Amino acid sequence: MGNIQGKQMVVSAIKNGTVIDHIPSKSLFKVISILKLEDINTQITFGINLESQKLGSKAIIKIADKFFEQDEINKIAILVPEAKLSIIKDYQVVEKKVITCPEKIQGITRCFNPKCITNHQNILTKFSVVSKMPNISLKCEYCEKTTDFEHFNFI
Amino acid sequence: MSTARSLVSISDFDVEEYLKIMELAAKFEANSYRNLLNGRVIASLFFEPSTRTRLSFESAINRLGGRVIGFSDIETTSTTKGETLHDTIKIISNYCDLIVMRHPLEGAAKYSSEVANVPVINAGDGANQHPTQTLLDMYSITKTQGTLENLSIALIGDLKYGRTVHSLIMAMRYFKPTFHLVAPPELALPNEYKQILTASNIPFYEHTDMQSVLNEVDIVYMTRVQKERFSDLMEYEKTKNSYILRNDMLEKTKPNMKILHPLPRVNEIQPDVDANPKAYYFEQARNGVFTRQAIISYLLNLNA
Ligand SMILES: [Zn+2]
Repeated sequence: MGNIQGKQMVVSAIKNGTVIDHIPSKSLFKVISILKLEDINTQITFGINLESQKLGSKAIIKIADKFFEQDEINKIAILVPEAKLSIIKDYQVVEKKVITCPEKIQGITRCFNPKCITNHQNILTKFSVVSKMPNISLKCEYCEKTTDFEHFNFI
Repeated sequence: MSTARSLVSISDFDVEEYLKIMELAAKFEANSYRNLLNGRVIASLFFEPSTRTRLSFESAINRLGGRVIGFSDIETTSTTKGETLHDTIKIISNYCDLIVMRHPLEGAAKYSSEVANVPVINAGDGANQHPTQTLLDMYSITKTQGTLENLSIALIGDLKYGRTVHSLIMAMRYFKPTFHLVAPPELALPNEYKQILTASNIPFYEHTDMQSVLNEVDIVYMTRVQKERFSDLMEYEKTKNSYILRNDMLEKTKPNMKILHPLPRVNEIQPDVDANPKAYYFEQARNGVFTRQAIISYLLNLNA
């Protein structure tokens, strides 16, 4: 696996931990919130509005001494399916993790149906993922309506 | 999380359960007044008014010897004082053995079924589901045709928004039907349901003219074409008379053919049809009571 030291480092390297790269800048704070990074006590560094050929402007998160479970990672799949996750050990990328969209999603986004009970009462939203490609769409377990990717309204 | 068995969506039951409900409904039709509930208490919670549905349920409960508590519209409840649906259902489920509920918001019954520790029967949640209507439609089909299998069914009117039509398609697809879909283009069946029909290998034909279909089918399922569903009022004016059933249109229909309608009707079935023996919608409403007796006794495991 490659050495990340080779490039110009805008955000300082970590010795051990997880790097989440290729996050669209506008989604950075949502990712932080979904992964509950505010509850982590180890060193976390962020970069935002970094140049990216693919995204125009990207963000990066480096979390020291933290290794996510796959289902934690998958929570960000509907938000930033294009993000890349690297596991760092001793300054080296030892593994790249693929983000896969889970079958069921709780919270994270609202149901787009204005008549859905979840938009009127304090109820955790629940969806089953009905399509993944090219874009994700989610079927609400309450009102049974399907919300398309372009109508996602992240909580 | 509740472990009680609820009926929220028509897909909560499988094929065997559909047939079980048909069998039980026939038993209740033969002998409707049976004290199976024996004083048990059923909550009838109508967060929006629907007198017909409520009375049908309450008749079913009374015939089973049960007692009804509840409300028939939201004005009298503490929900108007800001109580959450969660708390309302949590509290009332302590007072009863089963909840029948109607609510204007979609998904309200599903959510209530998660909160309640007694079974919940969805008597309509907004435009989403009304599964007891579908089961009574199926019972009416079984009764008049002797079977649910291999029937030719015309669905006429508003196929876009009509939830009874959507649920009937979802349930009947297990019984090898042929569907004739008759609707103005603006109110055609949504693609989602056409895809389900295709995936289930069920033949369906789309029409805009109703007369050509009437003579071919076993069941005519009428729904109302409402003016407010049209974005183009010119389109409404052009089509509004095309989906009205008159007695003179029934001359060459099959002898076993029956006309169903979820009711209430406005003018889509002309009064001159009522006297025709093929008009079945009032008996269909009567079948609703037996079907609801069947559903209640099934969910409560009463030995019917
Ligand atoms: Zn919903």
